[in-house]
Amino acid sequence: MVKGKQTRVFICTGTGCVLSGSMKVKAAFKSELKKRKISEIDIVQTGCHGFCQQGPIVVIQPEGFFYPRVSVENVPRIVEEHLVGGKVVEDLLYEDSLTNKKIPLYKDINFYKKQNRIVLKNCGLIDPEDIDDYIEHGGYKAFKKVLSEMTPEKVIEEVKASGLRGRGGAGFPTGLKWDFARKAPGDIKYIICNADEGDPGAFMDRSVLEGDPHSILEGMVIAGYAIGASEGYIYVRAEYPLAVKRLGIAVEQAKKKGFLGKNILDSSFNFNVKIKEGAGAFVCGEETALIASIEGRRGMPRIRPPFPAQSGLWGKPTNINNVETLANVAWIIVNGVDKFTSIGTEKSKGTKIFAVTGKVKNGGLVEVPMGTTLREVIFDICGGVKDDKEFKAVQIGGPSGGCLPAKFLDTSIDYESLAKTGAIVGSGGMVVMDKSSCMVDLARYFLAFTQKESCGKCAPCRIGTKRMLEMLQRMTRGESSEEEVVLLEQLAEDVKVSSLCGLGQTASNPVLTMLKYFRKEFEEHVKEGRCRAGVCSELITYVIKDNVCKGCGVCKKHCPVGAIRGEKKQPHEIDVTKCVKCGICMQHCSFDAIYVAK
Amino acid sequence: MAHQCRCEKSNGEEFNLSEISDIIDRYKNYTGATIPLLQEIQKRFGYLSEDVLDYISEATGIQLSQLYGVATFYSQFSLIPVGKNVVSVCHGTACHVSGAKKITEALADELGIEEDETTHDRQFTLKSVACLGACSLAPVMRINNETYGRLTPKEAREIIRNMRSKKKTLN
Repeated sequence: MVKGKQTRVFICTGTGCVLSGSMKVKAAFKSELKKRKISEIDIVQTGCHGFCQQGPIVVIQPEGFFYPRVSVENVPRIVEEHLVGGKVVEDLLYEDSLTNKKIPLYKDINFYKKQNRIVLKNCGLIDPEDIDDYIEHGGYKAFKKVLSEMTPEKVIEEVKASGLRGRGGAGFPTGLKWDFARKAPGDIKYIICNADEGDPGAFMDRSVLEGDPHSILEGMVIAGYAIGASEGYIYVRAEYPLAVKRLGIAVEQAKKKGFLGKNILDSSFNFNVKIKEGAGAFVCGEETALIASIEGRRGMPRIRPPFPAQSGLWGKPTNINNVETLANVAWIIVNGVDKFTSIGTEKSKGTKIFAVTGKVKNGGLVEVPMGTTLREVIFDICGGVKDDKEFKAVQIGGPSGGCLPAKFLDTSIDYESLAKTGAIVGSGGMVVMDKSSCMVDLARYFLAFTQKESCGKCAPCRIGTKRMLEMLQRMTRGESSEEEVVLLEQLAEDVKVSSLCGLGQTASNPVLTMLKYFRKEFEEHVKEGRCRAGVCSELITYVIKDNVCKGCGVCKKHCPVGAIRGEKKQPHEIDVTKCVKCGICMQHCSFDAIYVAK
Repeated sequence: MAHQCRCEKSNGEEFNLSEISDIIDRYKNYTGATIPLLQEIQKRFGYLSEDVLDYISEATGIQLSQLYGVATFYSQFSLIPVGKNVVSVCHGTACHVSGAKKITEALADELGIEEDETTHDRQFTLKSVACLGACSLAPVMRINNETYGRLTPKEAREIIRNMRSKKKTLN
């Protein structure tokens, strides 16, 4: 049964699915349909569905049949049995990890069922390179309403009343920020969209940029109208080439349709958007550093005040909002304040997207109402810990955030509740860990990141993060002492209160929460020289199992330091005095004869 | 005069500095041009050599110290030649907990270089990057514009081997 025009094959072409092979799948669908001379079925390439672990994802619309991990070999069957035969290909459907039941429809999958998608509403469901698709899904309706029915003050009132807060990390009320910029004196004002998503472990902004770029442009033009700006900049990471490309297409299409440019929709409002590619500096996520970077300088923050709302880009009043924040705006205007405030908690309204990764069964992008618990996100939506291992910790908020143990699983996710634990909502990275992760190593990892990205302007961050990192490096090598653990804690507190910008002020958060909740592991490292996770290479040894080793000699051949001895066809042995613990022997062993002794 | 000197691109080809005059012309009356200007020039030559920075400064009037300051601040810019293939191993949090370190070590061993170094034949440069945003498929690496996910150290090695043997057959 060919269902005519309305049957469409949606193929995810977000970064995750592309790297799982979705472009090849798309080509296979094209050639298969051509071969069968079927012209009435459209193939649509969409943005990210957020369920990246299941990529490449193919959805057959309008019903919403969901095929995960589609390979080129699966394509002829989907065409033959489903598109032509009208029968769902049972064995290719998604299987629920808890019940082992096949689930045919997108909306019935646990991962999606329990989400509330406002920002991600279009991601995966429209063609991001086609403005008409966005308009058909209600796009630019909010902007038209704003332009024809609302004064700038009214727009600001609505955003204020909605309780929307910045989704980039700090959680500052968006309406208030707009109000400051609106009231700041000056004819020339700017809107900047902060798309410099630098937090390792967070990719929601990338998915919105790639999957629904017009929602950001619409948010920007509304913000521009509200504060009285006629120019906007999108500062986007150069590491996101697809996002840069799709933004460029979106801007051009919006210009052609008259949503950008002069006298927009026959009004007196003018607005243009420029795209600026970042050049790789995490600190540029900080407002004043980002402005310096757009101006062509080293991206170093400065003391506030003056705030960008008074003196920002080129010294003019500037309003900077994060991608996810701007993508909420049109929804609020169209659906109304009441509907938005009905979602979330008393002080944290609306939804938040989390990038759930690490040792989790069904990771990806999860958009949930503020106030959802960590347990609901990790276990109910994402299916729990991979391979049903024991949950050890979840790291929230990236290098500025904290690491929480199992006892906090029932914590509500909102700005206030998370702050109480020492973690933050942050940009929404959520990395799940089982017992194979070492907390001391992870603390060292985050410090190594912030230390490298410290711009060097203020001493507490420049020197403090360096000294903290050195202490943590000694701890992972078992060369530290209990006194140093205390010293580390003190220094972390000092750096927190004395750094110039958010980078330094929050760099201590991972260390402090790990010391607070996983102190025993630090003590094991410094007192016993033991890493219970088997991660810290100086504290572990590689051992060859006599009874498994076949004496093939491959490990011996590959050992870079000649630490392995043994006769052919006899069990080999590792000389621990020579071994540098690189693990190369283990990678090359075909018999799994080498293991890590803690 | 600096712009008459002949320099070397990343791939070893010689070039004339006047080759970038078109880029410079385009950014002449553009405020805040430094970063996009350097980005485009690096795209063409593979890296920013001392001669190139000298020439840009002379041609644009932007102080050399400012150019150097920007070029050394952002991780995207390189002042030394990079290989034809840039292997960027993601060390974001998800990749870190999924064993990115082992991927880098395996690649370093396979290529015979350390991080931030380039092979003698200028075919490969090995780098670590903070996050490629493909966390669901950790550990991940990118070679030029191609991204590879769910890697094991073994697979990472094989990808390099395949690239090398493809090159050999092409020759």
